[in-house]
Amino acid sequence: MLTIPRDLHDKIVAHARADHPDEACGVLAGPAGRDRPERFIAMLNAERSPTFYRFDSAEQFRVWREMDERDEEPIVIYHSHTATGAYPSRTDISYASEPQAHYVLVSTRDDEQAEFRSFRIVDGEVTEEPVTVVE
Amino acid sequence: MAIEVRIPTILRTYTDGAKQVEGAGSTLDELITDLEQRHGGLRDRLVDGGGLRRFVNVYLNDEDVRFLAGLETPVKDGDTVTVLPAVAGGDR
Repeated sequence: MLTIPRDLHDKIVAHARADHPDEACGVLAGPAGRDRPERFIAMLNAERSPTFYRFDSAEQFRVWREMDERDEEPIVIYHSHTATGAYPSRTDISYASEPQAHYVLVSTRDDEQAEFRSFRIVDGEVTEEPVTVVE
Repeated sequence: MAIEVRIPTILRTYTDGAKQVEGAGSTLDELITDLEQRHGGLRDRLVDGGGLRRFVNVYLNDEDVRFLAGLETPVKDGDTVTVLPAVAGGDR
C-alpha cells in the first residue's frame, strides 16, 4: 500500500505532464524506516527520451548523499510512460534496484486523464499495490 | 587507514548487511579484486567483460569514475568509493 499526500501526488503528475513527451522521473524522500513520503525531488532525465529515463549520475550522488545526511531514504521512485500504460516494463523491472521503494508509474498517454499506479519490484517480481491519497 | 567503500542496499547481501566496508589497492580494479576476497560475488555485480557495468555508478569521493579513468582510476588510503545502482527504465 502506498499512502501519499495529495500535494506530492499532484506534483508527480504535474512533472509528468510538463516533461511529456519525454519521460519524467524523480524521488519522494522520507525518514528512514517510516515508509512515509515527505519530500518531492524532481530529477533530470539524463536520457531526455520519450522511451527511456535515467537519473543523471552526479545528481543521483548528490541526492543520495543528502538523503543519507538527513537520515532519509527513497520512499517512492517515480517515472512516466508517455505512450504506454502505467505498468512497469521489462527494462523498469530489470533496473529496479531499491527493494524497499514504491515504484510509481504515471502514464501521460491521454491528454485529459493521467494514470497513477504504484508497484513493489523485488527480485524481478512486480506486485501492484493500492494507492491512498491523503488530503 | 584504508579505502572506505559505501555499499548500496541491493549489494549488502555480499557484505553481511554492512553498508560500508574497507579495502586496499592502488586502482579501482585492484580495490574491487581485494573486496572480492572477503565478499565473494561482489566483483561480478560491478564489472563485466568490458569494464565497469553500465548501470552501476561508482564514485571516487564526489566524482563518477566514468569521467576519471574507469577501472584504472587511481585510489589511495583515505579515499571514499561509493557504489550506487543507476536508476533507470523505459517503456519497454
